[in-house]
Amino acid sequence: MRFDVLTAMNGERAARRACVLVTEMPGGDQRFVKAADLASDPLADILEASLRTGKSGMVEHEGRSYFLTVQTPPARLLVIGAVHITQALAPMARVAGFDLTIIDPRTAFATLERFPDVTLIADWPQEIIPTLGLDRYTAVACFTHDPKIDDPGLEAALSADCFYVGALGSRKTHGKRVERLKEKGFSDEQIARIRAPVGIDIGAVSPAEIAVSVLAEIVLSLRKKPLRADAPQRAGAAA
Amino acid sequence: MLATDENILARAEDWRKSGKGVAIATVTETWGSAPRPVGSHLVIDDEGNFLGSVSGGCVEGEVVTEAMDTIADGKPRMLEFGVADEAAWRVGLSCGGRIRVYVEKVV
Repeated sequence: MRFDVLTAMNGERAARRACVLVTEMPGGDQRFVKAADLASDPLADILEASLRTGKSGMVEHEGRSYFLTVQTPPARLLVIGAVHITQALAPMARVAGFDLTIIDPRTAFATLERFPDVTLIADWPQEIIPTLGLDRYTAVACFTHDPKIDDPGLEAALSADCFYVGALGSRKTHGKRVERLKEKGFSDEQIARIRAPVGIDIGAVSPAEIAVSVLAEIVLSLRKKPLRADAPQRAGAAA
Repeated sequence: MLATDENILARAEDWRKSGKGVAIATVTETWGSAPRPVGSHLVIDDEGNFLGSVSGGCVEGEVVTEAMDTIADGKPRMLEFGVADEAAWRVGLSCGGRIRVYVEKVV
């Protein structure tokens, strides 16, 4: 691999942009294709399909073999609410490889003592989120129970097609949330993407156990389910 | 710190910048029960330091050895490991799968 290609791949990763390294086999000739330049590549259709699945692999085209190193942006987790569950989730998410950001405008909650070594922003989600560039490789979990704080996060996550959108709260709380989002103009299909009650059902009781169930649900959404853009059929299945 | 896909290639860049010889090994194909998915990287420097993985630890030693040869002669190598090739290779995958690993020098 040429050093300039390696540097470019790392640069795209840091900028949260997808790219593909095409290596002809067995020769080893390589070219580096940014997502923005895909359309003009001879393998455009194949490369676009590989970016949708995010999977590297061997492909054949006109009698030649190529290995595609597919690099999608690292999965990122944005948590709204510096609450007890978040304190448990933060170290778990880091070990699982998520790039974690926590937002909570309540300075009593958002303290460095409670959240050492984490990107913690003590400001309103609606002020901060536009600067973060949410994308389909981002998961958003809202834990404050306070519509003033949670709703802007949910709205941004749905609009950005984030691969996971979860919100803490009972079915009753979620029912009210659904009404608010409808009034804001979100479609039933969009609203049905919110995971609520949040987390997979493992009978979680303590904050740490709830964190496990939420992290498991995020991993499930990332790995098992197709990314949002490929799964329009999910809308019909939602309750 | 735990090595993730995010920092493995960044480390390769850092090593090269500091003047070391560097090789990148990539899992290109898997058959059966393989511990690491296609696209997984192991990066190796000319002293045998490495980061990442291409298996569950079964074949990394062999890959590092081959990678140091690649760093020395500049030639890419395609390695194959698995129970089917025990006779051909000194190490195999105990899980019973088979993997192909492409090793290339950073130039």
